[in-house]
Amino acid sequence: MRRRLAGTVFYAACIAAISLTLLALLLLLLDVLSRGLGHLDPDFLSGVPSRRPARAGIMPAILGSLYLGLIVAVVTFPIGVAAGIFLEEYTKDSFLNRLLRTNISNLAGVPSIIYGIFGLALFVRALNLGETLLAGALTLSLLILPVVIIATMEALRAVPASQREAAHALGATRWQAIKGAVLPAAAPGILTGIVLSMARAIGETAPLILIGAVTFVTYAPNPVEGGYTVLPIQIFQWASRPQAEFQEIAASAILVLLALMFALNALALFLRVRLSRHLQW
Amino acid sequence: MSAQAIAERAPSADSKAAPTRRTIQISTAGVARGPLDLADPGDVAVEMQDVSCCYGTFRAVRDINLTFARREVTALIGPSGCGKSTLLRSINRMNDLIPGARTEGRVLFDGQDVTGREVDAVDVRRRIGMVFQKPNPFPKSIYENVAFGPRINGYRGNMDELVEECLHRAALWNEVKDKLKQSGLSLSGGQQQRLCIARTIATSPEVILMDEPCSALDPRATLQIEELMRELSEQYTIVIVTHNMQQAARASDRTVFMTMGDDRSGYVVEVGPTNEIFTMPKQRLTEDYVSGRFG
Repeated sequence: MRRRLAGTVFYAACIAAISLTLLALLLLLLDVLSRGLGHLDPDFLSGVPSRRPARAGIMPAILGSLYLGLIVAVVTFPIGVAAGIFLEEYTKDSFLNRLLRTNISNLAGVPSIIYGIFGLALFVRALNLGETLLAGALTLSLLILPVVIIATMEALRAVPASQREAAHALGATRWQAIKGAVLPAAAPGILTGIVLSMARAIGETAPLILIGAVTFVTYAPNPVEGGYTVLPIQIFQWASRPQAEFQEIAASAILVLLALMFALNALALFLRVRLSRHLQW
Repeated sequence: MSAQAIAERAPSADSKAAPTRRTIQISTAGVARGPLDLADPGDVAVEMQDVSCCYGTFRAVRDINLTFARREVTALIGPSGCGKSTLLRSINRMNDLIPGARTEGRVLFDGQDVTGREVDAVDVRRRIGMVFQKPNPFPKSIYENVAFGPRINGYRGNMDELVEECLHRAALWNEVKDKLKQSGLSLSGGQQQRLCIARTIATSPEVILMDEPCSALDPRATLQIEELMRELSEQYTIVIVTHNMQQAARASDRTVFMTMGDDRSGYVVEVGPTNEIFTMPKQRLTEDYVSGRFG
């Protein structure tokens, strides 16, 4: 009977853990909804920041986040996937290779502020891009590249060896086998990894504070020139103001950011389902 | 009975077993010509000379000398781990894909050594197809599965016709003709394996290697594949690895019995017409194996 009891206790502990997590999330969401929903109207979405909270809007921040996401996607997709393919499909299992993989995993765990300092030194100063949206996007690209590479490698590893053999046995070259058999089978996993790391880039704040994201931008950002802002930073700025009204529009901005995140996650789910229709091993 | 007498009886025993003999003539001159007694050397599709395969320091098979006759089914039988699959995979250089694998000796395909570094393994695999133990269709449509090989090899003809013809030859057309767009993985195991056969013949190979193609299939699907093998052998040279001795007896013209030594390295014990291997093997080891006393 004791082992039955142990099972029941463990089951109850699992339920408690998930309930606690969901409860915390739910409370947060309710709090944000109750405070932010009131200001969430077209004027808020299309307006620009103002000293008077009633007239403040977040158009520059939304555009900044969208541009940022776009540039990050364009940069990390080809580089991350190609690096993942190289490490997983083309290199032998050597000491150097293992060292490389371990380091990439470690890079995925480096605090984002460190990337901010690095981006400041490399993109803003050395490459002289200035404190622009482009420099910020490139910094965030570096931040999520390890995650994209790891997601790609894991998706490739999950493709059964029999698929590669089948392609090779038909006279495929290595690249033909990868392009024709391995990549299509790994595509859902790779794309999900990319979209989820994009969501992380869009929610990131710390490195961008170092790369010149300013909080009072009243115009649509230009990627290569002038100041810019993004949603998390706008939220941070409003939330740190003493006035209650600013706290409330911060909550509204949080809702916008949440919606953006939700859309990205939905896209990831959609891609996964759509691309894996044929996969079922 | 002396070895000479057995060798002389071989052709008659063989022709009784398979009355519809095709182009291959069995020499009556005894064993002097080596394990495969072909009247015409042009009837040899693949010849292995002193072939050894190693994984790192482990010698998986050693000193293999074998000939595979054109448009015959040759079965490789033997206990698990004796290197049958390794031997099979050395013919189309699939072992090259395994890190640390090495093949010594010569594998002559149409008289040309295909083991050398200067020979493109991709080219060899185009002409020597392979069907695997577990059906492994691509997660693509049935049509795209068959079209995959021709596409990557730059086929310029009518793809629809080719796909239909290959599915016909693999005895699958009638079952799939209305659902060519469906995933190859939606088929049953036996159908999947026939799809893999259709996919293999779509690149028009001369030789088809089959690595235990029925081990994941039920008896009915197995029988279908065996019938298919017999039909295909009118056009292709087939080498099949099998654990199932009845299958070797039913479906092959010639049988190679392999086993392994104390060092776990596989070698060929005996080669002969299938009928002879199963009814009057020359070697004691073969007799023990086919009668179920060992292995």
